[in-house]
Amino acid sequence: MAISSTATSSPAGSSGPGGFFITLAIALIVMIAGIVVSVACAVAVFAALNTVLPDIMLIQAVLVMILGVAACFGYFWGSNRILDTIYPPRGRNIADNINKANGIRPWLFLGPAVVILGIYLVYPVINSIILSFHGPDGNRWIGGANYAWLARDTAFRESMRNNILWLFVVPAAATFFGLIAAALTDRIGWGNLAKSLIFMPMAISFVGASVIWKFIYDYRAEGAEQIGLLNAVVTFFGGEPQAWITLPFWNNFFLMVILIWIQTGFAMVILSAALRGIPEETVEAAIIDGASPFQIFYKIKVPQIWGTIAVVWTTITILVLKVFDIVLAMTNGQWGSQVLANYMFDWMFRGLDFGRASTIALVIMVMVTPIMIWNIREARKDMK
Amino acid sequence: MSTVVGTRPALTWAVHLAVLFLVALWTLPTFGILVSSLRDKDQLALSGWWTALGPAERNVVARAAPPEEASQEGDRWVLKGNVFQGGGKATAFGISSRAPSAYDVGSTVELQGGGTLTLDADGNYTIAYARQPEAGRGQRIFVTSVEPPRFTTENYENVLFSEGLGKSFINTMTVTIPATVIPILIAAYAAYALAWMEFPGRALLLAAIVGLLVVPLQMSLIPLLRLYNDVGIGKSYIGIWLAHTGFGLPLAIYLLRNYMAGLPREIIESAKVDGASDFEIFRKIILPLSFPALASFAIFQFLWVWNDLLVATVFLGNNEEQLVLTGRLRELLGSRGGNWEILTASAFIAIVVPILVFFAMQRYLVRGLLAGSVKGG
Repeated sequence: MAISSTATSSPAGSSGPGGFFITLAIALIVMIAGIVVSVACAVAVFAALNTVLPDIMLIQAVLVMILGVAACFGYFWGSNRILDTIYPPRGRNIADNINKANGIRPWLFLGPAVVILGIYLVYPVINSIILSFHGPDGNRWIGGANYAWLARDTAFRESMRNNILWLFVVPAAATFFGLIAAALTDRIGWGNLAKSLIFMPMAISFVGASVIWKFIYDYRAEGAEQIGLLNAVVTFFGGEPQAWITLPFWNNFFLMVILIWIQTGFAMVILSAALRGIPEETVEAAIIDGASPFQIFYKIKVPQIWGTIAVVWTTITILVLKVFDIVLAMTNGQWGSQVLANYMFDWMFRGLDFGRASTIALVIMVMVTPIMIWNIREARKDMK
Repeated sequence: MSTVVGTRPALTWAVHLAVLFLVALWTLPTFGILVSSLRDKDQLALSGWWTALGPAERNVVARAAPPEEASQEGDRWVLKGNVFQGGGKATAFGISSRAPSAYDVGSTVELQGGGTLTLDADGNYTIAYARQPEAGRGQRIFVTSVEPPRFTTENYENVLFSEGLGKSFINTMTVTIPATVIPILIAAYAAYALAWMEFPGRALLLAAIVGLLVVPLQMSLIPLLRLYNDVGIGKSYIGIWLAHTGFGLPLAIYLLRNYMAGLPREIIESAKVDGASDFEIFRKIILPLSFPALASFAIFQFLWVWNDLLVATVFLGNNEEQLVLTGRLRELLGSRGGNWEILTASAFIAIVVPILVFFAMQRYLVRGLLAGSVKGG
């Protein structure tokens, strides 16, 4: 899609629209030649070495790893060589050759990226739309039946409700805690250490975080000694222990805590940089006017970083829309905690209905689209 | 800023305490996993990890040797033995499950079938009968014991070698390293073209890439799964490397292009005047100068691929041979839900590498976040 849209809408480089297509065609040929040569070399080397090396998985993996990277390098180097051979930057037509080569070279550089983006992100969007009108195996046309099913499905409605809950709670809480953490850590000597530690959950996988929190939510029958931190605290204060993740409706919030725990560090890092970028004069003026630290924070600083807060908010929102691992690992959607991404996964792997799963994926896509458009507009503003 | 607070010591203290509280909230969960994974599994199952340093109270049920093994000592028939397998300190004992700690150690108890039982603090029991007892089952003895805290690396040995974590660790490595390196290479060339080469359609391509940044992964799974099956790639490492490459590329191109576009124009123009080709300029000037941005993206992609569950579940097999760490952890959560010694040790193995990378390369991670905080997961 990227290639065709640029081809139809842009004036060509040097010699009219026809010249642009010729440029693209030559670029395509050189690119294919480059890919074929480099991949063929890599496969040949692999086959040759494979007969010599012992049949150990690890060695093979390392070999494939090295060759894959080498093939990548080989492509860029090789395709440039081919281009220089076709249009040598010397001899009688040197100026013309260099011009032509310069028209083609960007596409050689962009080629693999555009092809991969096309296959892995653009084609699936189109294909998903088509699949959503098809039956379970993806081959039989059934019109809008999947959408009709979706409109009546109670599990889908539950997922939507939960996703909207997540959308309200997680970005707000993570941004709020991030802002507090950023404001506080900037004031103290060991702030950087504190930041590192609050930021650390960013490095932990959602599944790993799920194990960590499942341990905290662990439940033993009343009377037994609680080994989950939360129930231990609750019983210490005289409460009754609960199986937290099985409490309908409220369990959603216990799952959200995990994502908030992970994302607060992200919000903190970005907001802390924004806070430090605030011009000193505005704060100094407020101090002279006798504003209290709280007033300075809420009335002077926060209004100046609204833009950054919006960026953090939308970034976490996108993440929330796709939240999957946590729900899968903690409850797998039981006890009323289903969300869209996990529901889609359910229909893909357990329901084995590609049509319905694609339809659910499209719902997620539609929810992301406003943010996508906003991002593109912001980015275009920046680049002008 | 700091001067404002500096004038109010009470507020400074409040800030310190508040930060301390936040740090505790954000680190204790992980710390709990680490401590638990090092504890003895019996102790772990019975008491919270925060009590790990104190002595642990435990109830042991032992069965004495069967009566027919009693040997004659003078006019009595005597059975001797120890209720502990690993050692411990008995504080109380009993002979029925209704009153497991009815008697103090050292006291002598009449047994129902005749005979007497004595237990000392080290767990040694003596059962004495007046005449030779009939054959039967051994007497049950309930012991309340206090044990010193025990720490062990046994849990790690167990999960690494018999629960398959070791194999999964290697699988994750095999997925992660190429899936980190390949997109960098491809993106760096594309980013250079978008930043410094003139060609029609550049602005549109850039807009498209910003748009693709947020396309949810879920969209791609089914179409790609079908495509892979049609092409015959199936569930292979090549397939997952390319998938991660595809999903990581928009962010990589976006980050690198922004960084490269900020490099000074003079360097590139003077190199062009000296007759360097774009290929040479890229390799000899741009690539070395872009190291910080490359490192930023590398650490992003590394963390993202290492921690990924969805892509691995879909594009790699779920079998013993191909299960990655996250997949294994999820499987253990299902099959070993109550065995916290296995879960905590496994979780720690799965998170320790990203955490080390995180602390070592934090600078670049922060820089990358600030440069392009658009991508979610």
